[in-house]
Amino acid sequence: MAETSIGDLALEVRSKNAGPFWVTMELFMRNADGYRVVADETFLNESVIADLYRVDVGTIQFFRIPSLNVVKISFPRPVTQGSLRDRDMHAGQHHVPLAALRVPGASRG
Amino acid sequence: MNNQPVDSVRIMTPTGMLGAGWDEATIERGLALGVDVITVDGGSTDSGPYYLGSGTAKTAAKAVARDLRSLLRAAARADAPLIIGSCGTSGTDNGVDWVAGMVAEIQAEEGLDLPVARIYSEQNATDLKHHLDAGRIHPLPPLGELRAETLEDCTHIVGMMGHEPIVEALAAGARVVLAGRATDTAVAAAYPLMKGMPAGPCWHAAKIVECGGQCTTNPRAGGVHTTIDATGFTIEPLDPDSACTPYTVAAHMLYETVNPYEMREPAGTLDVRDATYVAVDERAVRVEGSQFHLADQHTVKLEGARITGYEAMSFTAVRDPLILADVEAWADLLATYLRRWVSRTLGLGDDRYAFDLRLYGHNAVLGDLEFETGPPREVGVMLLVSAADQATATAVAKIANPLMLHLPTPEMHYLPSLAFATSPAEVERGPAYEFVLNHVVDCATPTAFFRIEYGDQTNG
Repeated sequence: MAETSIGDLALEVRSKNAGPFWVTMELFMRNADGYRVVADETFLNESVIADLYRVDVGTIQFFRIPSLNVVKISFPRPVTQGSLRDRDMHAGQHHVPLAALRVPGASRG
Repeated sequence: MNNQPVDSVRIMTPTGMLGAGWDEATIERGLALGVDVITVDGGSTDSGPYYLGSGTAKTAAKAVARDLRSLLRAAARADAPLIIGSCGTSGTDNGVDWVAGMVAEIQAEEGLDLPVARIYSEQNATDLKHHLDAGRIHPLPPLGELRAETLEDCTHIVGMMGHEPIVEALAAGARVVLAGRATDTAVAAAYPLMKGMPAGPCWHAAKIVECGGQCTTNPRAGGVHTTIDATGFTIEPLDPDSACTPYTVAAHMLYETVNPYEMREPAGTLDVRDATYVAVDERAVRVEGSQFHLADQHTVKLEGARITGYEAMSFTAVRDPLILADVEAWADLLATYLRRWVSRTLGLGDDRYAFDLRLYGHNAVLGDLEFETGPPREVGVMLLVSAADQATATAVAKIANPLMLHLPTPEMHYLPSLAFATSPAEVERGPAYEFVLNHVVDCATPTAFFRIEYGDQTNG
């Protein structure tokens, strides 16, 4: 019995540049139940994102959108786009650690 | 130009990026639905600072020319203006001239004579320093206060125009508007605003259509057709087999935005908190309730890029499980030897160059954020070197060559030979750039920072 991740409950988890200086991520959840899991501030909040992506907690913006079953998270890009240390030009692969987060108290059958 | 009041404005947006191409049947479908204006975005910062820094286009000239020919024909048939934003990827002056040159050639070949306006948006550092000194330039997060030296360092600086310069060109009789850097939304909002449609629906519709079919159930199937009227807008895909649903349209406000409810434009802020999305039928969506709040101060956002150095890249690959068992230790060893050999051979300290050693297949993409463990089957090793000049960067990559070919682990009592991908192993990348501006400048009038010229013959 494997543990359930956010990605298991989502239609799509994605990340992308929002201009050259920000990255934004969206959790498109399959249904209202999945939305309730990720919209729960005791599970997913600014300090969880700060730890996961090693960014300043005060710079993180959360948007919880029940009408779309979406949680959207934006923060300044930790690495300047196109710099020597930038390994993800469009920031399109940085959703993976978020998608892999284990959901508390749930398991996949 | 017909200046009669209208009840609605119909926009055809064939794609999210000029040069992406489309099935010609989608254009025929749009024309059949009726078109008052054709709009398409020609640029983006998303692919990185190189295109602005170097003033070159990301798209292939033949792909852009193909799309232009299709749209110029459609614009002539529909007697509708054609508006292209952020010409040449970054909207530099030579990007506008690049597209204008193609338009001139195609018009001649097709026997067309549509009046052209070119709107230039490139800014010079000297003028901007006066604005900086006068306190008219302000940072946007996460950047801080602008320094004059940063402006001087930029190879190109563009200002993002709102709808106003485009409206001015249209009012002067232009039927083809080739805009330099413009907000993605200004391109589609300009004509309906000019025709008196309400600002909220104009800007909201413009945001939804800026990526073409991205707001539909099949983003690869082509663009969208939008009708803006006094109370809102209705949107449907050009491809009859694709659909707009309340979900796909509302979700597009999330795409590449920091904040899904608000979007700042030069003239004010789009606010979609109260917007409603209702299915008209299985393929079309009606959107109402969008607001636009005029700002007290009109601002123009600046984009600028500067050279960070010159780069050389080398790429080898490891399949030997003896190295892959602890590939990070091997890479650390490589880095240590490389610094030592560069010091010994070139006499350069660590402050004279920099390099990034990426282990593709192990943790290259996420770096320290990588959470999976276990030895990979094979690893691509990319060495990216940066230095103040190309010769130094290339020399460092060449000094790395024997290490990337033969470096053993401490346990190996022989020299392995690793798998270089190409000959020569290193590639000279030329100058590398970074974006350094994320600032707005207060402007006296919305058109003050932009220069409009008429005709498709460029000055250059």
